[in-house]
Amino acid sequence: MGKTLFEKIWESHIVVEKQNGPSLIYIDRHLIHEVTSPQAFDGLRMNKRKVRRPDLTIATMDHNVPTNDRSLPILDQTSAVQIQTLEKNCKDFGIKLFDINSPNQGIVHVIGPQLGITLPGTTIVCGDSHTSTHGAFGTLAFGIGTSEVEHVLTSQTLWLEKPKPFEIRVDGKRKNPHAVTAKDIVLSIIKNIGTSGGAGTVIEYCGQGITDLSMEQRMTICNMSIEAGARAGLITPDEKTFDYLRNREYTPKNYESLVDNWKEQLKTDNDAKFEKQFTLNIDDIAPQVSWGTNPGMTCDVTESIPSPEEFSKGDANQKKGAEKALDYMDLKPGIPITDIKIDRVFIGSCTNARLEDLIEASKVVKGQKISTNVRAMVVPGSQMVKKQAEDIGLDKIFINANFEWREAGCSMCLGMNPDILSPGERCASTSNRNFEGRQGTGGRTHLVSPVMAAAAAIEGHFVDVREMDLS
Amino acid sequence: MKSFKKIKSIITPLDKINVDTDQIVPKQFLKLIHKSGFGKFLFYNWRYDENENLKSDFILNDSKYDNSEIMVTGDNFGCGSSREHAVWALQDYGFSVIIAPSFADIFFSNCFKNGLLPISLNPKTVEKLQQELDPIEVDLERQIIKTSSEEITFEIDSYKKKILLDGLDDIAQTLQFEDKISEFERNSKVPSVL
Repeated sequence: MGKTLFEKIWESHIVVEKQNGPSLIYIDRHLIHEVTSPQAFDGLRMNKRKVRRPDLTIATMDHNVPTNDRSLPILDQTSAVQIQTLEKNCKDFGIKLFDINSPNQGIVHVIGPQLGITLPGTTIVCGDSHTSTHGAFGTLAFGIGTSEVEHVLTSQTLWLEKPKPFEIRVDGKRKNPHAVTAKDIVLSIIKNIGTSGGAGTVIEYCGQGITDLSMEQRMTICNMSIEAGARAGLITPDEKTFDYLRNREYTPKNYESLVDNWKEQLKTDNDAKFEKQFTLNIDDIAPQVSWGTNPGMTCDVTESIPSPEEFSKGDANQKKGAEKALDYMDLKPGIPITDIKIDRVFIGSCTNARLEDLIEASKVVKGQKISTNVRAMVVPGSQMVKKQAEDIGLDKIFINANFEWREAGCSMCLGMNPDILSPGERCASTSNRNFEGRQGTGGRTHLVSPVMAAAAAIEGHFVDVREMDLS
Repeated sequence: MKSFKKIKSIITPLDKINVDTDQIVPKQFLKLIHKSGFGKFLFYNWRYDENENLKSDFILNDSKYDNSEIMVTGDNFGCGSSREHAVWALQDYGFSVIIAPSFADIFFSNCFKNGLLPISLNPKTVEKLQQELDPIEVDLERQIIKTSSEEITFEIDSYKKKILLDGLDDIAQTLQFEDKISEFERNSKVPSVL
């Protein structure tokens, strides 16, 4: 029987296989950041252990770095300590760090591909659930906890139960690809399969709806695999993948011979079997807006807030969840999505803060001003993205429209730095989680694409961007 | 890691599905650089109002559950962020066992690294356990939950069970395979980053 791409990568990384139970899997790349690593380094010190492969380990600071002027001191003392701790740990254990002043600093899942550290057919882990992003390159990449960070630092391996392969086929062609984006595709998928629909699996995305996407858009899709509960998301690498990674700062010297191997090896066989399958046709999908407190609570921009009965389809627990979500979000069933007024706009995060996201959003913003009731910010995913955007004048477009133009970091995706919502504030956000309090205690998050967020900033409420000229 | 002993206590019913790790420990508490003391942040935004007063309507604030070591909750517990702080907080607060119909993958593996036992049971059994007022006993060795009226068996991977029962250092176990890891590295064609 044939094998799936996931199974091929898995099998090529088995160090120890047991009859029953987990396998010991080799890790090719380990990405580190300030929040989930300090306790792991503590563990190394306590047990007098070393980092086994500093040459496969890369660190940056992204979660709690301020995004205002980098020359200012970090006012939050606990954040400052955590950042200094990462600096010390990297120095003590010989790990390459892109620190707050590095031109390579940025959200770990944005810089990995940009630097050519992410490679097809490899395994990547990071103490961050959105590590699934790297799957866009045909990389088996997943988030781990801090104990596992320590385990990988020491042994460059992990004990893992083999996840099950899950095929998600995206068929069709979007009529207006500037208005209906990768974010809308992935939110539609999660809306359909639910936030635990992918539990215990690695999702392989395929079909024309996926191959049509650019690498940056594919990253948006794989990024949110974890929001469907999956361990990882994967896309078969193709010429777009190989072109993207060519000539990056850390692209391997023997890149072309690696590409030859990848072309031959990294694909799912025709007769491979998937444990689970789901198909989405995107011919007619609309821009998506989340209305609740998990990413599955999402609807079309043309729809109204569903009643808990409609949403739950007879499941009592789901109904209770939806009631609680509407209460938290201060929304009532029947309100048209386009009537929802917003206070804040956040364009950023490892989901949607790459150059293309900013270019697309800037088309909406150009020559306009944001609504007087709205405060809006753009936080580029990395310092490289920021510079590329500034080189083509995007910063001016956003600043002229009264957006704040910030330095790179995770920022208001999770509000560990000073960028947070005040209680009750409602935000159109290009990030990945609309959990209670995620962007600030009492804050209310609506997940949308960058163009939808930009349009909401201008109008002060959600609008259907298909009605705008975005070409 | 401490070895896992038999647990007997009343259960804390947390009747919610999709409890994410952002709720278990909100992000403002992730800036600490050690593992201890996270219990006071557990479910912070559900336990405290904006003036940091206890909310009387949240189950953990009912003193009857103060000594409970077993939480019984809904589907997909621990979804979202990979933060292991969620496990540290549950344990530091006093929980040793979490029972739910299902768990998110990363949370589930984080539990075993710290000696917290996640048990997944079918939804009907979980629903029944949520009503249980008398203490229940969780016997990992025999893979049995004893209630006042019945014995419920549960599944657990044998390696994970051994790690918990013996309180083993996971990394020390792995390092016994040093020769295999080195052999893999000799054959690997993946270039270094640097």
